[in-house]
Amino acid sequence: MKRTFADLHLRVNPKDHDATQRLINKAAKFGYHFVSVPFAAEFSESQLVDLKNACSQAGLDFVSRADFKPRNQEDLMRFLRKFRRKLEVICIICDDKEIARQAAKDRRVDLLNFPSLDYHRRFFDRAEAELASCSQTALEVDIKPLMIMEGPPRVRLLSSLRREVAIAREFHIPIVVSSGVGEEHLMRMPRNLASVAYLFGLNETEALDAVSTNPIAIIVQNWEKMSSAFIAPGISVLKEGQDP
Amino acid sequence: MDAVWGAVTKLYGEVGASLTGLSMINCDSARKVFVVRTSLATLSSVRASLATITSVAGVQASVHVLVVSGTLKALFSNF
Repeated sequence: MKRTFADLHLRVNPKDHDATQRLINKAAKFGYHFVSVPFAAEFSESQLVDLKNACSQAGLDFVSRADFKPRNQEDLMRFLRKFRRKLEVICIICDDKEIARQAAKDRRVDLLNFPSLDYHRRFFDRAEAELASCSQTALEVDIKPLMIMEGPPRVRLLSSLRREVAIAREFHIPIVVSSGVGEEHLMRMPRNLASVAYLFGLNETEALDAVSTNPIAIIVQNWEKMSSAFIAPGISVLKEGQDP
Repeated sequence: MDAVWGAVTKLYGEVGASLTGLSMINCDSARKVFVVRTSLATLSSVRASLATITSVAGVQASVHVLVVSGTLKALFSNF
């Protein structure tokens, strides 16, 4: 069966229409089916509509996504209450251990992203993985740092990623590989993006799943959750009746 | 080809690069398409290295793997 590919992390300012359009067109040319441009804590409906239109013109499906870096747990809860029902993918940028643990516990979080290049500030350990496996939260890995860095920093990052991927595999946590790029020359075809995942220990099938099956499973699951028939996980309205 | 060797050497070192058996087969500069040969055992390593190329001769560039094939005949008939 032919795979459908998704890049859930194109880091471009949605207000910059030209740059966004160029990246979307390039993604369409490269064979992606789903793309996402993350919004911050504030976004307008008009921006969302503009992006959806731009993607549909290019033959892509736009996935609405918000990236948030909470200051504390209350901030995280406030953000999730506000945006969970509005957007298809919620990603929490984990720069703090307390936030990382809380985000991993919460079923409303789809993706955990650890942007820090410092080994000590990447909190995806076994405890985090156990929490994430219970709440079915996925681990997102951005490829951009591996492409732009060289030498010892890249070595250290690869070492961290290899350790995190091994933990994720042990706890059956889905891994999502995204580009995380905002420049055209750093964009890669889906299979080439997957090939970079080989560097941190994913085999060919796992790497391809990380750019196709895993992100698409999150999107489809959230479409179901956002539908009016959804009540709770495992419970949905099939048919409405009337009182006799 | 310098950029390819550079990327492979940076990622895998000189010993790793020597195991790849990389060689240039054909280069069509008009279409900006080139064909390289590598051993099957190191295909994943070479693919990953090619994806990390971000500049060629100091100019921003990207290298994409379009087709992988076991024989040149099949390669040129498919592409």
